[in-house]
Amino acid sequence: MLNAIFKLKCTVNGVKIERDLDSSRTLLEFIRVDLGLKGTKEGCGEGECGSCLVLVDGKAVNSCLMMAVQLQGRELTTIEGLKGREGGLHPLQKTFMEEGAVQCGFCIPGAIIAAEALLRENPRATSEDIKRGLTGNFCRCTGYEKILSAVEKSKSCR
Amino acid sequence: MGGGPPPSVSLSLFVKEIVVEKNDFKVVNKRVLKMDSLGLACGEPVFTDDVDINGMLYGRILWSPYAHARITKIDTKEAEKVPGVKAVLTYKNVPRVPHTTAGQGYPEPSPYDTYILDNKVRFVGDRVAAVAAETPEAAEAALKLIKTEYEILPAVFDTFEAMKDGAPVIHDEKDAKNIPDARHNIAAKFEFEVKNGEWFKDADFVIEHSYKMPYLQHCAIEPHIVITCFDPFGRLVIRTSTQVPFHVRRIVAQALKLPVKKIRVIKPRIGGGFGSKQEVLLEDIAAALSLKTGKPVKIEYTRKETFISSRTRHPSTVRLKTGFKKDGTITDAEMDIVLNTGAYGSHALTVMMCSGSHTIPFYKVKNNIKFLGRSVYTNLPVAGAYRGYGATQGFFAWESQMDIMAAKIGMDPVEFRKMNYIRLGEGSPVFKAMGEGREGVEQVITSIGLYEGIEKGLKAINWRAKKEKNKGGKGVLRRGLGMACMMQGSGIPEVDMASATIKMNEDGSFNLMVGATDLGTGSDTILAQIAAEVLGVKAEDFIVYSSDTDLTPFDVGAYASSTTFISGNAVKKTAEKVREMIIAVAAKILDRKKEDLRLEGGKVVANDGAACGLSEVANTSLYYYDQHQIIASASHYAHTSPPPFAANFAEVEVDTGTGKIKILDYVSCVDCGTAINPELAEGQNDGAVLNGIGHTLSEELEFSSNGTPLNASFRRYKIFNTLDMPPIKTFLIPTFEPNGPFGAKSVSEIGINGPLPAVANALYDAVGVRLFDSPFTPEKVLAAIKKAGKK
Repeated sequence: MLNAIFKLKCTVNGVKIERDLDSSRTLLEFIRVDLGLKGTKEGCGEGECGSCLVLVDGKAVNSCLMMAVQLQGRELTTIEGLKGREGGLHPLQKTFMEEGAVQCGFCIPGAIIAAEALLRENPRATSEDIKRGLTGNFCRCTGYEKILSAVEKSKSCR
Repeated sequence: MGGGPPPSVSLSLFVKEIVVEKNDFKVVNKRVLKMDSLGLACGEPVFTDDVDINGMLYGRILWSPYAHARITKIDTKEAEKVPGVKAVLTYKNVPRVPHTTAGQGYPEPSPYDTYILDNKVRFVGDRVAAVAAETPEAAEAALKLIKTEYEILPAVFDTFEAMKDGAPVIHDEKDAKNIPDARHNIAAKFEFEVKNGEWFKDADFVIEHSYKMPYLQHCAIEPHIVITCFDPFGRLVIRTSTQVPFHVRRIVAQALKLPVKKIRVIKPRIGGGFGSKQEVLLEDIAAALSLKTGKPVKIEYTRKETFISSRTRHPSTVRLKTGFKKDGTITDAEMDIVLNTGAYGSHALTVMMCSGSHTIPFYKVKNNIKFLGRSVYTNLPVAGAYRGYGATQGFFAWESQMDIMAAKIGMDPVEFRKMNYIRLGEGSPVFKAMGEGREGVEQVITSIGLYEGIEKGLKAINWRAKKEKNKGGKGVLRRGLGMACMMQGSGIPEVDMASATIKMNEDGSFNLMVGATDLGTGSDTILAQIAAEVLGVKAEDFIVYSSDTDLTPFDVGAYASSTTFISGNAVKKTAEKVREMIIAVAAKILDRKKEDLRLEGGKVVANDGAACGLSEVANTSLYYYDQHQIIASASHYAHTSPPPFAANFAEVEVDTGTGKIKILDYVSCVDCGTAINPELAEGQNDGAVLNGIGHTLSEELEFSSNGTPLNASFRRYKIFNTLDMPPIKTFLIPTFEPNGPFGAKSVSEIGINGPLPAVANALYDAVGVRLFDSPFTPEKVLAAIKKAGKK
């Protein structure tokens, strides 16, 4: 079961890295196992729940469905890489807390990444756009009401 | 009949219904930030899987491909030869101890019908063997090399078939315990009758219907996961995603024949449970692999395994026969529930009893009450605890039937409910007769805000105006309104116990150690709020540590809507003890009498204005004078279980061309007493309601004719996302529960009971057809509309 070793060069949360990589690794495995960044979660492993969302070149992708080798030369941002303007808390992290949108919190990094991808592309997203933008993120705790209001509220403090 | 007080009670009794004591709470009943939300929002490594442990092995389980079979031969030689494989377990090399996986108080009311591994498999997805290896790939390769021969046995999938003479006997093992009738696959049985005369003699009408719910899965986004390892003393450490750490310790000790003192259970942050983690699901087998190899072992379910081999809601058939008079009096009620407990009887007795004990007392029944409950084994996945815990199944029947009865006598369904629901100061023979797994406890209602909840909901959904507007609806799209009322409990009276410890630090901060299990609900936060309210400090002055069997005192765990009420009372008592200790020290510092001192704003203040800070108190006690640690513990054990009450309202639009139901608006009014943290309480209810809406419109785990699950994935088992969700409005109706901490009752489960009956009633209102089996898929709705049209 020996897999080819791949030389990966990419940017992770703003830092350029080079790694020898087992080419069979999914991006999610690379993030959690090789990089040790545990904020990205696996909820289903088949691209349905959105818990493993990360930004690749600013676009949200399910990291369980992407191979790590596809990251070559690209820029990865995980929940750990999201920062506010002065390096502090990111506005979405702040509003998610303030609105009570975090219950168990397992799906929250993915939901924040989805919202960030949406608002980068469309800072004036309507409530309907926000619902559409987060449709790939399952949450079984909140009923989504407070998640949606957190995203809405974050628009004004970006 | 118009609004105003219900006719059946005196005005004075009604006026007392909303008993909100004037409060000037400082911390409780406030929107305090959930204390773990910062770490969670930043993706800090706080869950079970977020640690890296050196030398950890990966555990994998071999699942049965057959619904019912005996293992005639199992050969693991080839599997053991796979490089990296460290252990292969079968029924031959693990202890055989009949036990239950249900995480309940001891002795558990569930039958002892489960083994770590057995020589018989009882459903597709039952355990056959387990492997631990250095890599997941090696473990999976080894599973494929285990050679198993089966004698395939006849299987049974229907509860009524399973109870017949001559049906396949699923639990024919000799050493199982507490199965009332194994030959007829009856895992649990309970009967109860109140007889005040001839059955249905006073009734003008008698109505009987059966209501069905299917297999439903919790779908916590974090799959079940456990890591077992050893501490420096060789003790087994179980890091697990559980709602019941102390029950895990006890049951693993029992199953593996270990002393309790050799086990430590740690609960990190939990990614949701909803009942599925009130269960010893992986801890026993991971522990067995660790004991075999001497190494840390991790087992994590895939999503598919979570659907098939964890736990589900008990599928149900509830037959409800009610007698009632033209004036709206309910005279008789006969409830007969048959639950499908699947291959093992986890929570079989208690879920079944709660289907009656949480529903029948809700409405006054004048003459006769009968309850017959049976939980039945089948060769399908194992049911267990699921938010609502039987009440969900029971209220679907009751609240549908309330509308049917009201229609029969031409009474407004809202007025019919108002006339009959239980009032302040009233009890029910059912409270005493039916507890959880045993006799219950007599109690009367000590707080109820249902009348105001109903009125608030009617207004919020604009009931009367919309009813008028919808009249005589024509066209393809028809609108309708429906409502449902319900109650739940707050812990299990005279069964559940919780305890807490508070320790004071130099800077006036406190450690709060609780056995209570925060599984994402925010209980750590609300328990800190309760302690802070007592000690006149801020919630942030508490460092909360919960659920570690070595370091926190006992608590039964997070289930039965118990944490706020029972653990909250334990924390309040503990804080009161600490307050006494602080005042004793401050009295010396300030040279004042103890009775003249109070805690407020982070200080001890005397009636004459003299004051000292809490850090001065702490430093005095630790370093200067009569040195001692300010620390206290207390427990709480309740004699009642004050129900929260709720009124739910749904407006639907039914497409008569396709059968699709769209929920346009959903309003849920909940009386949870004092909401310790209103934002978190709302969040609990919002989530419960949306889960219930999923049950109503889309969720169902389906099986092939040989018992193989057909839709065990998020792609095919449809849970609601942001685009599917209707607008949900939660309104908290404040009351004051005298037995609760600062007037609080429970809130976490009740909301899930509403959507099924509320939408069933709205569907009827819209198109005049009634569905008795969930989910209400377009196919079923359309078929019902067509059938009604032919009549």
